[in-house]
Order: sequence, then C-alpha cells, then structure tokens
Amino acid sequence: MSDANKLILPVPEASADWLAALRGPALKRYGQLGLPGVRTEAWKFTNLTKLSALDFAAPARAVPASVPALLAGVDTLEATRLVVVDGVFAPELSDPVPAGVELAAVAADGQAAPEWVTGTLGTIADAVDHPFTALNTGSFPGALALKVKRGTMLEAPLHIVQLATGGQDAATISHPRVLMVVEDGASADLVETHTGTGAYCRNAVTEVVVGRDARLGHYKLQAEGDEAFHIAMTAVRAEASSTYDSFALSTGARLARNEIRGTLAGRHVEYRINGGYLASGDQHLDTTTFIDHAEPDCASHELYKGVLADRARGVFQGKILVRPDAQKTDGYQMNRALLLSRDAEINSKPELEIYADDVKCSHGATVGELEDDLLFYLMARGIPRERARAILVAAYVDEAIDEITCAPVQDAFRAAASDWMHHHIAGSEG
Amino acid sequence: MALLEIENLHAEVDGKAILKGIDLVIQPGEVHAIMGPNGSGKSTLSYVLSGRDGYEVTEGSVRFMGEDLLEMETDERAVAGMFLALQYPVELPGVTGMTFLREAVNARRKAVGEDEIDAMAFLKMVRAKAKALGVTDEMLKRAVNVGFSGGEKKRNEILQMAVLEPKLCILDETDSGLDIDALKIVSEGVNALRTPERSMLVITHYQRLLNHIQPDVIHVLAHGRIQKTGGKELALELEEKGYADFVQAA
Repeated sequence: MSDANKLILPVPEASADWLAALRGPALKRYGQLGLPGVRTEAWKFTNLTKLSALDFAAPARAVPASVPALLAGVDTLEATRLVVVDGVFAPELSDPVPAGVELAAVAADGQAAPEWVTGTLGTIADAVDHPFTALNTGSFPGALALKVKRGTMLEAPLHIVQLATGGQDAATISHPRVLMVVEDGASADLVETHTGTGAYCRNAVTEVVVGRDARLGHYKLQAEGDEAFHIAMTAVRAEASSTYDSFALSTGARLARNEIRGTLAGRHVEYRINGGYLASGDQHLDTTTFIDHAEPDCASHELYKGVLADRARGVFQGKILVRPDAQKTDGYQMNRALLLSRDAEINSKPELEIYADDVKCSHGATVGELEDDLLFYLMARGIPRERARAILVAAYVDEAIDEITCAPVQDAFRAAASDWMHHHIAGSEG
Repeated sequence: MALLEIENLHAEVDGKAILKGIDLVIQPGEVHAIMGPNGSGKSTLSYVLSGRDGYEVTEGSVRFMGEDLLEMETDERAVAGMFLALQYPVELPGVTGMTFLREAVNARRKAVGEDEIDAMAFLKMVRAKAKALGVTDEMLKRAVNVGFSGGEKKRNEILQMAVLEPKLCILDETDSGLDIDALKIVSEGVNALRTPERSMLVITHYQRLLNHIQPDVIHVLAHGRIQKTGGKELALELEEKGYADFVQAA
C-alpha cells in the first residue's frame, strides 16, 4: 500500500544486532498491516483519510530556524528540560540530567547502546498488532532513553519537549521514540510537551517501565500545531507495588490519537490514568486506553473529561481486561464529555472484559450540555450568559486538572487549559 | 413610584397555563408574603419574575422601577436589583463561594461602568457579612453548596443577598428544609437587610416563617390567581383553616 509506505522514514541501517532484530520484522509487519482504515475495530471512530492524502518530506536535519520560537512558547516548568526536534534528541538545547538519572541517546544504527536499553526497548510496546508502533519501530531516527536509578527520589520533574517543524509544500513526518525506566524503589515525574509548527505528522512511541515499589508521575501536554497529526502510543509495564500516575491534556492537532496501554504486572499496583481533551473547530481528538489487570490486588482509576466546541469530535475507547488470576481487582473508569454545540460529537466506547470472579469494576460515560439550572443560578446573580458559561466550563475542566498529583505540573496544565479557554470559549478571562 | 408592578400576568410552562392573571404592587420598603398550597403557582411566579428559560409570559406586564422587566435578561434583572433566593440552591462543583460572589459583584460593577472591586476590601466585607450568618471561611473556600446541609445552603443564599444588596428580594420557600434554629438564623439575616427602601417578596406554604419575618401584606395564591389579600391576621387564619376554602373556591 503506497499510501502507507510514504510514512516510512529512511534511516541508516541498524548495524547493531539488537536493533536489526527489531526493525526488520517491524517494517515487514507494517507493510502487512498498512494504515488502519475505519473497518479496523480499533480505528472505527478515527478516520485517517486526511493523513494518507498528505505528501511527506523528511524533516530537515539541521535544527530548523523555527525552534527558538517554539521553545520560547513552552512552559518554563522548574524541571530538567530535554529537547527532541523532529524525533532527534538535541543535547545542545537540553539540560544535563541530575544525579541518579542516566541518559542514553541511542543512535539510528543502534551502536553503543547500553544493556538496559537494548534489553528493554521494543519489549513494552507491541509492534505486531499496532501498525503505527511497527512503523515507529521500523524507522525511528534514534531514541531518547532515561533511567532513574534504584532508590533515587527525583525532586524536579524531567521534561521532554517534543518539537516538530512542519513543511511548507509537503508535510514532514517524525517518529520520536522514548524509553523511560524507573528502577525499583525510585520515584520520578516525567512531563512531555508536544508542540510544533506547520504541517506534520508525529508518530510517537513511549515505553515506560515502573519497577517494584517505584513511582512515576507521567504528564503529557499535547499542544500540537493546528495542521498537525499526532499519533502516540504510550506503553507501560508496572511492576509489583508500584504507582503509575498519568494525566494527558490534549488541546492541539487537527487529528490526534493518544493511546495508553498498561500492563499491571505484579500485585498491589496503583495505576491512575486521567486526562482532559479540549477541542474546537474541526479538531478530532481520540483517547484510547487499555488496562491489563494481569495480577491480583491491583487498583486502576481512569477519569477523562472532554470539552467539545464547534464541530469538534472526541473519541474515547477504554478497555479494561481482568485476567483469571487478577482477583481483588478494583477498577474504575469514567469518561465525561461536555458538548458546547449541536455540531460537536463524542463517541464513547467503554469495554470491560472480566475473567476473575472476585473483582470490583465500574465504568461509565456521560455526555451533556451545560446544565440549565446552573446557568440560571449564575445569571440570577447578575453574571451575563457568556461569562456564566465560561465559568462553568472552566470549573468542569478544573475538576479534571485536580487529578494531577504533582503541584507544579498541575499549575502548568491549569494554565494551559485556561489559555485554551481564553482562545476558544467566549467570556473567558485571560 | 412603585418598585414592582405586576398587571394581569399570565404565564405558562410547557404549554400549560400556571399563572392566570396576577395583579400585585409592591412599594419600596414593603414586605409582601405570598402564601398558597402546592401547585398554586408560587415558584412559577418567582421564576417568571427572574426570567428563567421555559417560563413563558402570555399576557400582562411587569414593571420594575418603571422599566419593562419582561424585556430584560435574567442577569440584567439581577443587576437592576432583583434577587431570587432559590428554594433548592444548586451545587456549583469547581466554583468556590468566594469566586462566585466576586464574579457576581464584578458583573454589577462592570454593568454600571465601574472598575473591578479591590480584592482585599472585598474579602473583608464578605467575611464580616459571612460571620454574622454563621458562614465559615471554610465554606467560602469550598465549591458553592457542594456537600452543604439544607441550612448551610439557605444561609449561603442570604449571604449572597447581603453582599449583593438588592432592591427587591424574592425568597422562594426559604423555610423549606430548615429546623427551628436554622430558621431563626436565616430570618435574622433577612430582617437585618430590611431597610426603608428595600422590598421583599416572601413566598411560603407555611405560616411559621412569617412569625420570624413579619410581612406588611399577605396574599393568598391559588389556581394561578391571588384569591385574597390582607394583613398579618390572614396568616393566622390560614394556619387554622388551611387552604381548603381557596382550593375549592376556584
């Protein structure tokens, strides 16, 4: 399928055996799968026709001129900033990593990669059933790998800034690859900001391992440019007694798919994936999650809230699998969508697959407009209709942001959400 | 000039006629009570006066300080000086009491071309008024009415009234859901707001509220019309006989 082939980026041959063993089968698999169409169950609500209609050029190798302006727009979180431009780590734009953290910039040929990378990369994210993961594995131009060493308690978050520079005549495509390993007993916060300019497609894969008794807070801000396509796979493996706490705030891109797949691989894992999606115009924002309760005594909590204005469309597909051994599983899933216009749309598809008999699992989805009695209450106190609406939408979004447990990140994401409100909801204050 | 003049007011909800010709004049400083059985149109009257969507006026007129009230949006009526204390105050998740009050005050100031209120002065003013009503700082920091008891919600309504200083206070079944202690606090709060200029329209099913908030005039509403108007003694009469006469009369 030629449409699918044009998304492949030519990369130097993988001379290292470990990478050659990944790339070959992945590209072959991508060739078999091609771009998923709406007849593929996992993609039935997200149509990629507009993506396959694009012509692609590889991003420029030199750091493009638009980078400083893009960087200036990224929140100056008190964090260790690591910048990736069009999928390639840019050490000259990045901070040194703090004590207790190891960074490996894996080259495209896979040479000289440390063992903690070669033994793990490609084992968390599945390149067999997921065409975009196969595509990324087949053609990532290098990987950024981070390891938080055993027992390390990181104070400031690590902040990966993923920049994309789009083309004028043809779009660009990039395949950023990240590996995050939090070793046993360590604790860290990882923030990702995705932004860019011009027309481009970003196909990101992030693999995460949270070791025994370890904790990772993982917060992603998807603030891509208006013309962007954002396809992302985050694959997580959480070991016994670990905590994985994530929040994804999506406001950017013309079409985005944020997929998070987690395996709860030991007992007593606390797994929290929350998020918010705010869309306007003709945006299409897809959140797809899969939680694999493979072991007993684990808890998962998932709350997503969306605001859809104009003709925007939201998709939420959330699947929870409870395997036969996973007794005493406590699972909660909820997707709430607020539709601000008659032309906005949400497709919610919760799915529970339970094979254990002693579990507590609940799921739900709500779709609503702003409630008349709330609006009336505010107006009866003198607040004009538009402002009343803006206050209620902000309060609704705020409740989702409250789920973020890392205070500085909560502040930054709240600011990003209110910035979105300011631009897209009449009556919002700056 | 009368503060509020209602003339031959007819209104319907979902195509069903509820108010069928109300006439009522309230002068500045007067406290009027509207009593009536369930389904008589008491709450409908309060919603029609505050301009709630879905309450359609089909005939008649309402003038508020000489202006055509029915031409105004809900928020414009509030800014002009009308305040409705709700029978069932709604919860506002994510909106703190302080934010809500500040938004309401600033909306007024903006409407008359004033700058936003000074944050410190505002805080001080609200705290003083809240204290008198037994509304704690903690309640002001929490989301409006979320997790509040019935009494706390009503006290919160009266606090809003005290802060916004309206010209006409409409109290819709403010006594419902209150025990005797809460009723006393709320009534004292309301009485403290009585001035020679400020008028009140107290809507209630029961006479007991009127022991605490003494009205100048009492109207009995049944079948969408005012059936009888009188002084305080009318409340006592109703307490004794109930609404049976009025319900059967129409």
